[in-house]
Amino acid sequence: MSRSQPQGNAVEAAEVSEKTNLGSIIDPSSSPSPKPDPDLIIIERRSGWQWIQWRDLWRHRELLYFLVWRDFKVRYKQTLLGAAWAVLPPFATMLVFSLFFGRLAEMPSARLPYPLFVFAGLLPWFFFSNAIGSAGQSVIGNQNLITKVYFPRLLIPMGAVAVCLVDFAIGFIMLLIMMACYGVAVGWTVLWAPCIIGALVLAAVGVGTWLSALTVAYRDFRHVIPFMVQLWMFATPSVYMQTSSMLHPRWSYVLPLNPAHGLIANFRSAMLGRELDPYSLTVSSGVSLLLLLLGCLYFQRVERSFADVI
Amino acid sequence: MKTAIRVRDLSKRYHIGGSDAAYRTLRETIMAMAAAPWKRLQRFARRGASNRSHEPDTIWALKDASFEVQPGEVVGIIGRNGAGKSTLLKMLARITEPTSGRIELRGRVGSLLEVGTGFHPELTGRENIFLDGAILGMTRREVSRKFDDIVAFAEIEQFLDTPVKHYSSGMYVRLAFAVAAHLEPEILFVDEVLAVGDLAFQKKCLNKMENVAHEGRTILFVSHDLGAISRLCPRTLHLHRGTVRFDGSTDRAIASYVRQLPPGDTVLHDEGVSLKIWLEEAPGSPLETWSFGSDLTVHVEVRSEQLLRDPAVDITFYADNGARLFSLQSDRLTEALNDRKVSQFQLQFQVRNPGLACVQLTVDVGIRASKDPHYLAWWQRVAALPLFLGDGVPPAAPGALLSLPCRAELIETSS
Repeated sequence: MSRSQPQGNAVEAAEVSEKTNLGSIIDPSSSPSPKPDPDLIIIERRSGWQWIQWRDLWRHRELLYFLVWRDFKVRYKQTLLGAAWAVLPPFATMLVFSLFFGRLAEMPSARLPYPLFVFAGLLPWFFFSNAIGSAGQSVIGNQNLITKVYFPRLLIPMGAVAVCLVDFAIGFIMLLIMMACYGVAVGWTVLWAPCIIGALVLAAVGVGTWLSALTVAYRDFRHVIPFMVQLWMFATPSVYMQTSSMLHPRWSYVLPLNPAHGLIANFRSAMLGRELDPYSLTVSSGVSLLLLLLGCLYFQRVERSFADVI
Repeated sequence: MKTAIRVRDLSKRYHIGGSDAAYRTLRETIMAMAAAPWKRLQRFARRGASNRSHEPDTIWALKDASFEVQPGEVVGIIGRNGAGKSTLLKMLARITEPTSGRIELRGRVGSLLEVGTGFHPELTGRENIFLDGAILGMTRREVSRKFDDIVAFAEIEQFLDTPVKHYSSGMYVRLAFAVAAHLEPEILFVDEVLAVGDLAFQKKCLNKMENVAHEGRTILFVSHDLGAISRLCPRTLHLHRGTVRFDGSTDRAIASYVRQLPPGDTVLHDEGVSLKIWLEEAPGSPLETWSFGSDLTVHVEVRSEQLLRDPAVDITFYADNGARLFSLQSDRLTEALNDRKVSQFQLQFQVRNPGLACVQLTVDVGIRASKDPHYLAWWQRVAALPLFLGDGVPPAAPGALLSLPCRAELIETSS
């Protein structure tokens, strides 16, 4: 379990030497207060909310890598098309939408080729929806690990999100190819794209951990999540474009509270060289950060009973 | 040196059934939340009469367990099913949280509650070695370094690149144990994982564990295999119904445990036959231990719904490691039941301890027709019998099944 990393140990050792200087008069065995010790692990009932155990997560980063690696390998084993499945669903959806909405309904697409417009929105949406969907199922899907081995449980939903991020990376290459085909030049705004995806990852981890913890206690969420994702899609401008003519302007203040809304719209703008909307980007990023904190804190509060409840 | 494991008043309570059971649905939670104010009101009204500590649907899997383990100690944990062994180990391994009490662990911790936990059937043997290693807490570099040892130990060289779902169960278990056996923490918790594979592989695992123990690691080892416990652990905890009943030398812990096994008076039913078996030291005095030179009396009472022709009873004794030691076969010892049809009979066997050196014997009993090797009914491990070498024989060599009365004399010496 706790494979202490050298750098982690050095930090803790420094803390210990400080403390021992202060408390050298007191017999350490009689002192009731737990003194920091590089290797001492104390296990007792914790109550209430706990701050996120970043250090423990960092120590187990290699396990996170292996969990992602396992899920990615297993996902495309015994499939004919292999990793092409990472691109096919958004690509096929893009084709359908282009045919029906682009050709027949002539949806507004900001003077961009409609297929490209749709794909740039669908790609992050597929990442987000797959990430919260698979993160939500991830803890109950790994119950054999939960009941037999210790490691920070947060790694499981985080790993599920990371697997989807790998899929996204493959799709991203596809998007670049499409942009080249349509002759859309990459502008400087593309530098925003990694930050926006970073914020989307935070939102996905936040929602995913929260849903995964709820699913352990209430299996109802297995049925709730797919339904919820579907509704969420309607509130997100992944296939349509929200224009000022469609809604009363006050809505544009409220809609970015849906993190997927502001982040996906801005991701498309960043990729296709349109102007970003600073308001919706800020609000959606802030909501993402908040979701991450709330999700992780709630997860850590209930993870203690996972092994007993699952 | 500082204590490696310190456990203080450790308790774990589980809810059985009731509202906190697994798979609580959202509806139930909402209902409970809606009902909570009403319940609180009710409790308020009945204040004084109700007793909060009285919670009928909870069970204490472990209650106020305390012990300490020094670095390098190898400690066994024994007890009947439900005594709290696995709960204790799960709390030490940080899988479940104690209800109260405190554990302090000093050193890097590894736990082995099951072999092959991290295995994925779709991945190859090679991939699973790395995955399982990472899950058990090894770094990638550590696994790479030990990779060849692991493969050699598991004896699966030619199947390394086959998905483990195509492995035989023996191969699977061998690989899983091989990965786990190469874990090198300072404190190791092991739960009953040696009972895997065939006998030869079990022996190999036991040897590996013995080597690990000699390397100065601190080990807590849960097992039902008393032979393995007495071979590996100088000290043993005996848990009984969630409390530490005995903590001390393994011999005495095993004696404490064996007394907890079902007493010799056992009634068995099968195929319309009921059989009662009990063990005595002398007529009328139930047996506690069987020491060198003393007689053991085995009583068997058989009742059958149908008439039995030429019945015979076999009682077979096994050592801790499963070795078959000897059998008492009524048709070879007496002819009294020959050529008879009976529906009820009682037999009594007597046997003297020639110096059996294992920790305990277990007993199988079967009924068959005389001269017929097929059993009409057969019961396994119906009784356990603690052994003590006692006086008159030298201490047994490690792993030896017998210690016979013998002596040595010095005939000649020169310097």
